[in-house]
Amino acid sequence: MSFLSLSQVSKSFGGPPVVDRVSLEVPRGEFFSLLGPSGCGKTTLLRMIAGFGTPDSGTIAIDGEVMNGVPPHLRPTNMVFQSYAIFPHLNVFDNIAYGLRKQKLSQDALRTKIETMLATVRLEGLGTRAADQLSGGQRQRVALARALVREPKILLLDEPLGALDKRLREAMQIELRALQRKVGITFVLVTHDQEEALSLSDRVAVMESGKILQIAAPRELYERPASRAVADFIGEMNFFHATLREIGSESFTVNAGLLGVLQLPVANLAPGLKSGDHILLAIRPEHVVFASQGVAGEIAAATFLGERSHFHVKLAGRSEPVAVSGAAPPAGAVHLAFPAESLIALPAN
Amino acid sequence: MKNRALSLYAFAYLAFLYVPVLVLPVFSFNDSRFIAFPLSGFTTRWYQGLADDSAMLHALGNSLKVGLVTALLSTLLGLSAAKAVTQVRLKGAGAALGFISLPLFIPDIVLGISLLLLLGATGLPLSLAAVVLGHLLVCVPFALTVLIARFEGFDRNLEEASADLGENGWMTFWRVSFPLMLPGIVASLLLTFITSFDEFLIAYFLSGTEATLPIYIWGQLRFPERLPMVLALGALILTASVGLVVLAEIVRNRGVKRPMVGA
Repeated sequence: MSFLSLSQVSKSFGGPPVVDRVSLEVPRGEFFSLLGPSGCGKTTLLRMIAGFGTPDSGTIAIDGEVMNGVPPHLRPTNMVFQSYAIFPHLNVFDNIAYGLRKQKLSQDALRTKIETMLATVRLEGLGTRAADQLSGGQRQRVALARALVREPKILLLDEPLGALDKRLREAMQIELRALQRKVGITFVLVTHDQEEALSLSDRVAVMESGKILQIAAPRELYERPASRAVADFIGEMNFFHATLREIGSESFTVNAGLLGVLQLPVANLAPGLKSGDHILLAIRPEHVVFASQGVAGEIAAATFLGERSHFHVKLAGRSEPVAVSGAAPPAGAVHLAFPAESLIALPAN
Repeated sequence: MKNRALSLYAFAYLAFLYVPVLVLPVFSFNDSRFIAFPLSGFTTRWYQGLADDSAMLHALGNSLKVGLVTALLSTLLGLSAAKAVTQVRLKGAGAALGFISLPLFIPDIVLGISLLLLLGATGLPLSLAAVVLGHLLVCVPFALTVLIARFEGFDRNLEEASADLGENGWMTFWRVSFPLMLPGIVASLLLTFITSFDEFLIAYFLSGTEATLPIYIWGQLRFPERLPMVLALGALILTASVGLVVLAEIVRNRGVKRPMVGA
């Protein structure tokens, strides 16, 4: 059993399940993210790990101990709330010291501990600052410090960067990742921001309608999404309808209409597909290349994005334009090439 | 010109509000039994008379007792109701709130008579305890209104954060909810105390032989020679009330948070 272990966890609030038979395993020290659109059940799941709400069925175990029925104040978890929930009547020092009451530290030990934590989250010298005099970024750090100072087994973060502006959010992403490496605590983060999930996490679980669609490392999630839903949610993807013809030991053959009959490496085949299946071929915009020969098309729209540009290319016999990302091609009619190693076969639905 | 007319109006309005009240202290220092101008000299003998009036002191004691108990109980009840209404999703919360507030809209004389009948029917004696029960009916809605306003500006996550940081329900109340509620609680205590202290009709019906201060004052009005003493008493009550209101405002302002800096 791994460090954090969820087995067949379900929860509903009287209607359809908000969390639907979720199972996942998180090893000690991992930075794990729950990624999904709002309403997908990720926050409900996180709150159940913290003890706010119990699963209707299934078990949640931390470090080998089943947590079902254990109230929040007795769990070895701490949470960074989306609203940060900084106690408005306490200053920074007392906010961070809040959870240490039961440790009965001496004044000096407490002071040292808080000072160290203030330094860790780079809030040195702000201990006496009143809670209502903090900027958004500072509030976030206080919330982090307040949770980390208790040395939880698992730190839970509910959209911790959502309330910050873009530049601050990017800076905090880097800091958060560095902090996690430094303290070595298992982090479970909830976010709807795929960039955030991909850049911060060791592994990401993509959720939709209460179910986990795929759990994988960021690169794998991006390059080998298991379904159209995951591919759609993580970045941009072009899809082509195709029929699976033959599966060999090294490669498989598809009839992809416009793209012709293609032979692709077997690693690009999603599990569970068999010959004769109607499938989707998926390719990222940056993997489509402009070539001197291939499928003929016409540039319908172009957006200059600095180091690269983004194009919509119309193909004859296809209503949806193909998204292409890369350097500008020669003007006028163009040809597109679809490298076999970048085409992935997914179930059609 | 318009501004001038407006300030004149504002001045007249304030005079209308407060000149009658100021008559009280003015005549309480007037050395005459008759409440009429011109004033005939300065004296403090009405105040000295008050200090010697044991019936008055007894009534004052009764009013303080009733006021304190009513304030504490109605604030406690209001606190529980306000927490339930604002923090728990309850079926029929709106209806419950309506029913709790209803006594505010029932004339006190009707409340007084019905409570009197009820006590008679159940055989319970008329007493100060009965007055407290009657006052609760009118005071709980006030407490509830003040406390709900305070609860609504309250981040629910704060209590969850406290639980998350290892504190149980009781310690969470003590370390987070109560300090944040304190300005509202103090305001509720003051408001309900004054409402009870001031209340005449319900007390008149339910107090039996134990007069509260308003009932005592009402009784004194039958004796014209004691009127200046009543004025002195009124002046003292006025001063105490103003003092309480100022105190309540100070506490309330302390509770108001300055706007958050930055974001």
